[in-house]
Amino acid sequence: MIGLIIRRFFQLVLLLIGISFIVFMSMYLAPGDPASVIGGPTASESDIAAIREDLGLNKPVLVQYFDYMKNVVQGNLGYSFQTNQSVSDAIFTRFPNTLNLAIASMVVAVILGVSAGIISAIKQNSWFDISSTTVALAGISIPNFWLGTMLILLFSVTLGWFPVGGLNAPFYTIEGMKQLILPAITLGTASAAMIARMSRSTMLEVIRADYIRTAKAKGVKQKTVIWVHALRNAMIPVITVIGMNFGALLGGTIITEQVFAINGVGRLMIDAIAARDFPMVQGTVLLVAALFVVVNLIVDIIYSVIDPRISYD
Amino acid sequence: MEQLLQVNDLVTQFRTAEGNLSAVRGVSFSVNKGETLCVVGESGCGKSITSLSIMGLLPSNGAITGGSILFNDEELTTKTEDQLRRLRGNQISMIFQEPMTALNPVFTIGYQLREPLMIHRNMTKNEASRKAVELLEEVGIPDPVKKLKQFPHELSGGMRQRVMIAMALACKPSLLIADEPTTALDVTIQAEILDLIDDLKRDMDMGVVFVTHDMGVVAEIADRVMVMYAGEVVEIGNVEDIFNDPQHPYTKGLLASVPNIDEESKTFDAIPGTLPNLNEKIDGCRFHPRCPFATDKCREQSPPAFSVGETHQSKCWLQEVNNNVESANPS
Repeated sequence: MIGLIIRRFFQLVLLLIGISFIVFMSMYLAPGDPASVIGGPTASESDIAAIREDLGLNKPVLVQYFDYMKNVVQGNLGYSFQTNQSVSDAIFTRFPNTLNLAIASMVVAVILGVSAGIISAIKQNSWFDISSTTVALAGISIPNFWLGTMLILLFSVTLGWFPVGGLNAPFYTIEGMKQLILPAITLGTASAAMIARMSRSTMLEVIRADYIRTAKAKGVKQKTVIWVHALRNAMIPVITVIGMNFGALLGGTIITEQVFAINGVGRLMIDAIAARDFPMVQGTVLLVAALFVVVNLIVDIIYSVIDPRISYD
Repeated sequence: MEQLLQVNDLVTQFRTAEGNLSAVRGVSFSVNKGETLCVVGESGCGKSITSLSIMGLLPSNGAITGGSILFNDEELTTKTEDQLRRLRGNQISMIFQEPMTALNPVFTIGYQLREPLMIHRNMTKNEASRKAVELLEEVGIPDPVKKLKQFPHELSGGMRQRVMIAMALACKPSLLIADEPTTALDVTIQAEILDLIDDLKRDMDMGVVFVTHDMGVVAEIADRVMVMYAGEVVEIGNVEDIFNDPQHPYTKGLLASVPNIDEESKTFDAIPGTLPNLNEKIDGCRFHPRCPFATDKCREQSPPAFSVGETHQSKCWLQEVNNNVESANPS
């Protein structure tokens, strides 16, 4: 186990170096100049050159990259071109919002997905199964921005049950939950659908397994057979899907944050890209990549807890 | 001897895309206490489905559509799922063919062994653990205390089958159904497992229904033998009757197809043809397309079960001829 964590740590470091290089180069190659964005439309040539000099943008790109990485290794992600705010501060004030949203979406997705998948499997070809598989297909197909807009239209504008947007109250207050619920559904629907499909198919496979027949032959109650003997076996592939989705959710909150006006990392990233704010883009991308790796590590650890056949020693 | 299980005219059908197909067609037999009945026949002849019918564990598209199953004079076919569940693992137990997949991979041996004891005997976890250690000792597993904490993948096939047997015997059932329990094991382990089942049967005065396609196993453990073909019982009798005086051409074929080391030149006498599909319509005797002695009567009418001796029956028209000859020339 500790060996696995150490191995993953080194992989993470290599991955982050690779990603930072790619992002740095693509920002450099992409059209648009941060200096002219900062200077605004009225800035003269010499003003822009001064800004460039000030930000170190006149140096060769590889030198810029090494300067940047030198700071990163020392724990300094640099300063925003736009606001001069520290990138790590900007990220850490907004990250809790994104994390809240991602966790809430995942809770929605796991509860809906796993239970719908299992009920579908035990009642295969029933009306519940058919309608839940259909809804799941729709859930995967519906784009987030449309679903979010429709939810706002129905529940916030027409019915007035939930606020139209924003996320500023803590999640454990009623107000915070109200703010979180629509974005969580918006973001979690596609994951719920994927989890439901996976749970259904693995459960269908597991309930036909020999050991399920053995459990029944011992006189185990049907409920225990399903929720204890079958579920734990069926969950192993589902955990993979949950992990991958959670990783994607952390990076994929951009649209939902835009629709619901939530001040999260996703919006930070989009704004930074629009303004050619290189350090900010780098910082947010590195954060998302690191989170993805960490979530995958956690998934691998959960595997070994659920399935005794998996061991990392 | 006291009768334990009485199956009468059992019919088990499966719903499929091609309509209802009968896998078991009017099977009747009985098992006494302390007796081993071996059920033999080719793969797909309905042996396993007969045993799953008794357990009430048919796949979801299968159902008993006729006949009766009396266990200790209680009708099983009309019992509710919950009533059957209380019998399973308690008074009727089953061991399956494939020990590698029959144990749940994510639970410890201890958890799986404690389950029937906690369900049927209302034992606490500690009581059940102590009993589980005794059971593992009884089936000859070394270091049982350590084994309780292990997972199935840490045990060999033979050990897993012993665990399955310990699990099946946990509540001292009066009937044990063993569906090819040694088929997946190598020969030395097979002999040990057979001895174990035989010893435990004697100790506990258990009735055993032993499903197999291996005539060697039958010779070793059977008191009585039931030969099945295409969902029907074609011959039933004491083990001596079947081995020394087989009547049905199918039984003779099965015995002839056992390789014999003493006759070097002999090749295998395989029975020509294959088992008919469930959806195949066959008039008359279901074995006639493969039978070297088939007559026109065999092709038209299904034979009844003729008595050969007091305990011996054969479902074959040849028997009618023999019986007539015998009754014509009483010797």
